[in-house]
Amino acid sequence: MSFRIQKEARQESMLLNMGPSHPAMHGTIRIMLELDGERILNAELEVGYLHRGFEKTCENRTYFNLLPYTDRLNYVSPLINNLGYVMTLEKMLGLQVPEHAQYIRVIMSELSRISDHLTCLAAMAMECGAFTVFLYKIRAREFIWDFIERTTGARMTTSYVRIGGVRANLHEGWREDLIKAIQETRTVLKDVHALLDKNKIFLNRTRDIAVVSPEMAINYGWTGPCLRSTGVYYDVRKAHPYLVYDQLEFEVPLGERGDNYDRYMVRMLEMEQSLRLIEQAMDKLPDRSPAQELNLEGIEPAEAIKISRRKKPEQKIKLSPNLEGMEKENYPLILANDPRYIMPPKEDVYTTIEGLIRHFKYFMKGHGIRPPKGEVYFSVEGGNGELGYYIVSDGTDKPYRLHLRAPCFHIVSALEEMILGHYIADVIPTFGSLNMIGGELDR
Amino acid sequence: MGKIIDDIPRWEPHPPIQGGFITTKFNELLGWARKFSLFHYPFVTACCGMEYMSAACAHFDIDRFGAGWTRFSPRQSDMLLVVGTVTQKLAPVLRTVYNQMTNPKWVVAFGACAVSGGIYDNYAVVQGIDRIIPVDIYIPGCPPRPETVLDALVKLQEKIQKHEQEWRWKSK
Amino acid sequence: MAMEKQIVLKDLQEKFGSEISKTDLQFGDDIIHIKKEALIPIVNFLRQAPYEFTMLLDLTCVDYLGEEDRFEMVYHLFSLKNNLRLIIKTRLKESDLKIDSLTSVWKNANWLEREVYDMFGVEFEGHPYLKRIFMYDGFEGFPLRKDYPLRKRQPRLPLK
Repeated sequence: MSFRIQKEARQESMLLNMGPSHPAMHGTIRIMLELDGERILNAELEVGYLHRGFEKTCENRTYFNLLPYTDRLNYVSPLINNLGYVMTLEKMLGLQVPEHAQYIRVIMSELSRISDHLTCLAAMAMECGAFTVFLYKIRAREFIWDFIERTTGARMTTSYVRIGGVRANLHEGWREDLIKAIQETRTVLKDVHALLDKNKIFLNRTRDIAVVSPEMAINYGWTGPCLRSTGVYYDVRKAHPYLVYDQLEFEVPLGERGDNYDRYMVRMLEMEQSLRLIEQAMDKLPDRSPAQELNLEGIEPAEAIKISRRKKPEQKIKLSPNLEGMEKENYPLILANDPRYIMPPKEDVYTTIEGLIRHFKYFMKGHGIRPPKGEVYFSVEGGNGELGYYIVSDGTDKPYRLHLRAPCFHIVSALEEMILGHYIADVIPTFGSLNMIGGELDR
Repeated sequence: MGKIIDDIPRWEPHPPIQGGFITTKFNELLGWARKFSLFHYPFVTACCGMEYMSAACAHFDIDRFGAGWTRFSPRQSDMLLVVGTVTQKLAPVLRTVYNQMTNPKWVVAFGACAVSGGIYDNYAVVQGIDRIIPVDIYIPGCPPRPETVLDALVKLQEKIQKHEQEWRWKSK
Repeated sequence: MAMEKQIVLKDLQEKFGSEISKTDLQFGDDIIHIKKEALIPIVNFLRQAPYEFTMLLDLTCVDYLGEEDRFEMVYHLFSLKNNLRLIIKTRLKESDLKIDSLTSVWKNANWLEREVYDMFGVEFEGHPYLKRIFMYDGFEGFPLRKDYPLRKRQPRLPLK
């Protein structure tokens, strides 16, 4: 193995390997350090232990099929990855998403962002020794995931945000669930502020460690909370507003010094702003009307198909509980009105021939979503920064090239320079505050 | 990288209990002690790590089954919990960690990617960790719910109770 | 005063008219196609005031198998002060797969160029440490090229 650090090492120093499988529960990354006692003289990172071939796989899947692959990129905030991909495609196709769906997307996006920050800070605090903070934050995350599960069907990898809108309307009783999740998160944030903000031990471990200046951060291409902790004001939601963010009110917290403590603090304050955004979006959404409830009386789909061979059935069709929220009445609220790129509602598929043909063509290989030739780049504000998708299309139903602009790739590439001169024990909170997510770093 | 030790001593399943009354009872006693004091080594790589965190924390506690203590060292643990995708680049590391663990040891493949490669069938991913190390329990799901993890833990405990235990002074 | 996109493009066209082969507008993104020798002068020109494209957002490559200029390098630049984005593209032939490295200008180009080298085989002149970043030593071939099959595995250990 010929690594740079082996060639540059001095005679009397020690080479230490913090190997790919290590206790910090961030993922697999290898940090090689050259040490003089406990001081770090030189550092080198080796990444790629989670390279799963996302970009090559996407060239072999249709645009609709590759939605689950995007979930697993930044797996702590999966709905934001979905959103980024879908909005890039919508920019290419020119789709208009209904406003109800946009507010739902905002709520889901902010909940994912809160879950991302909770996980990052929980892991960072646990490695500094504050195990209570970890348990509290994961508990708050469970309530958020409960809400997401009742609407989308899955806790983590949801594939909920679809081309043209969202998959289903919010479940009945969503308002109480969301209020409970927000309350629990607020309690946890208050407790953690009390435990860590003025804690002498935490301050000693994180204050003035791994200071990054704004010029260095911009040179490295940092975005997101890490860039904002150095004092540079750049948030994709404010600079290039997408969805309905320009109609909602929120602030963007900035740090001063760019050390570990500022990165921690910026994330804590951002969570409060996300909760504000969710409450504002919640007020704009109506409750589900009784006509949209899951109807238990109605004919079975097989019977409906038999009847519709001769005439249109008059009764309602009882759809499977998996399709709750996707009934035909909900379609104008949640999905755009464009038959080329949107799946038809199930009632149409069962009863009319046009619906059946549309459904068939949507999923057939070679047909389906075929964007015009060209290329497009679009970015959203992910948990770590600017998450951008670059899609090159050649007119067929599979992308010719799909590239992801991963925010933590640029952030982690600065780690080699950030930890020079510090102790080994400083590597742990520094690495924790950068929020490295393996699925996004290695794609 | 170092020399990779390439001979894995046990690739067959654990043998069933044989012997007389006292040997069987001693086996059961050892099995009872070992199953309720599992120290696990979480070899966490990818998204399933989040569900592992949920399973280990307050809502769905694995501490109530005796498996709460996470030991981040192969020498001190007896259950290797491979969580998430294992790529070709990471395969020798997994083999080294497995070889460094002391007997008795059990391996749990957590998540679809560890069981069979999951949705990734390409140049970079090992299609299931049982191509590298022997596996005792497979947990499907992408990611599996924490209740599935607890169910798997209970099944592993039943398996440990039933098979023949290894103890030092027994002649092989 | 914030700079307008049109003024930037006009100034670029005046100064570097010979090197820019065409400018494009696709779905709202501005793209300029340049010759590969002009990359560093143009990038340095754009970094100064008043344009201030101080951030390199992304650097990637696309493989057009079958065309004569097979590989296309794509650079995404961003100006924080004026809130402008610009895409710069240049083509490379397979026989002459070399281009100047941007590591002297931006530091994140280090890892980004290593990724392009690993996946496509493009060599960057002036890069301090051009080594594979995602795949391991001993991997033969460049995975993201169109002629590399998806499932061709090269295991490091003998798999059962």
